[in-house]
Amino acid sequence: MNVSVQNTASPSVMSIFITVLKRDLTLAYRRRQDLVNPMIFFVIVVSLFPLGVSPEKSFLQEAGAGVVWVAALLATLLSLDSLFRSDFEDGSLEQIVLTPQPLFIMVLAKITAHWLVTGVPLIILSPMLGVMMHLDFDTIKVLMLTLLLGTPVLSLVGAIGAALTVGLRVGGVLISLLILPLYIPVLIFGTGTVQAAANMLPIEGYIALMGAIFALALTMSPLAAAAALRISLSN
Amino acid sequence: MWTFFHKLGSPKWFYDISGKWLPWFAAISAILLVFGSVWALAFAPEDYQQGNSFRIIYIHVPSAILAQSCFMMMAIAGAIGLIWKMKLADMFVKAAAPVGASFTFMALLTGAVWGKPTWGTWWVWDARLTSMLILLFLYFGIMALQSAIEDATTAAKASAVLALVGLVNIPIIKYSVEWWNTLHQPATFTLTEKPAMPAEMWVPLLIMLIGFYCFFTTVILLRTRNEILERERRTNWVKKLVTKGASL
Repeated sequence: MNVSVQNTASPSVMSIFITVLKRDLTLAYRRRQDLVNPMIFFVIVVSLFPLGVSPEKSFLQEAGAGVVWVAALLATLLSLDSLFRSDFEDGSLEQIVLTPQPLFIMVLAKITAHWLVTGVPLIILSPMLGVMMHLDFDTIKVLMLTLLLGTPVLSLVGAIGAALTVGLRVGGVLISLLILPLYIPVLIFGTGTVQAAANMLPIEGYIALMGAIFALALTMSPLAAAAALRISLSN
Repeated sequence: MWTFFHKLGSPKWFYDISGKWLPWFAAISAILLVFGSVWALAFAPEDYQQGNSFRIIYIHVPSAILAQSCFMMMAIAGAIGLIWKMKLADMFVKAAAPVGASFTFMALLTGAVWGKPTWGTWWVWDARLTSMLILLFLYFGIMALQSAIEDATTAAKASAVLALVGLVNIPIIKYSVEWWNTLHQPATFTLTEKPAMPAEMWVPLLIMLIGFYCFFTTVILLRTRNEILERERRTNWVKKLVTKGASL
């Protein structure tokens, strides 16, 4: 199925990565509302906890990191369905799959773009939410560090689910079912790091584990997502 | 070995041979399960700490082992299906997912029943328990994906990818009791070491474990055969089989 059209000058892997990245960032910039929605969702979910559970300072300090993490996870999940869907609907995804360049590079570029437009804003917003949760300054720094290592994993692993469900009408709900179980380890280590930092315990071990998860996701999931895309497009 | 592997590519051959295996596995599993559970529940000695409540181990441990081993088999079969496009491997994944999910559920349920008298609580957010719960969700995900995709070949490939990705959870379950200091006790059985229990306690457990595996094989064979008939319904041999009204 990988019918390659022989170009006279085939672009290099790096340039194809940058081209796809630029294209996706431009597309995201043109649809700014889609970009803002997950951020608003993120802030609303976090603010529900003081209103719904307890506004006590001690509770918020205890649960703050977990709340911010869960909200980040849900906000990422919300934006995942659109990762491949619009390209699938207008046919450009098939063109991408048919190019002679390795598919996983282009998938990685799309994931990078997705992280830049959804993950990075969440990291930037997180200190504000940390202050609202009465976390102290050092804990907020650690929270940001874990999100910096963790949100790329959310985008990378989520891309597998998005790729598996791209041709389906029920995509949105199914992604959550497929991907949330795989998110749990990141969530556990992410919040574990912040909790350890809040209790003045060493966090190097946790950070190393987060880094290991990130490295594993970075190397494996573009391949899995590329394979899943080929399967989704094969019928 | 290789001819066996090649023959596995033919659903008809597998249907015929599994029909011959089926009564054996069914009989052995019935004998082992009855024999093992009577021995385990009536004759095995009481645990010095947990009294009689430990006896649920004879259901809990085999189902927990089966739950994980079924997922690994699904991932391996999924890889075989993806690489060699073997139809039978695809059918196995489809047949195994609900069975594995039920074993996982049984492990969680018996664990909760065991946990109540031993730990004083039905559920704790302990690493072993949580990772088993994730395993259950992974099974549900695979089943949901299979039912969401209409085309059988695409569904099989997609669920194979998901099974392979989900494989990262298996070592987490396996080593959760060693990596984290948790409430759950360490593994009861290992292949390399002599069990810490007296023989009257672990021999029935071993019998139950083998019985569970035979039961699993019986169920999987039945489900796979069913799947074969459904998918191959347009072929001549299935038509002949059905019109003849042939027995199993």
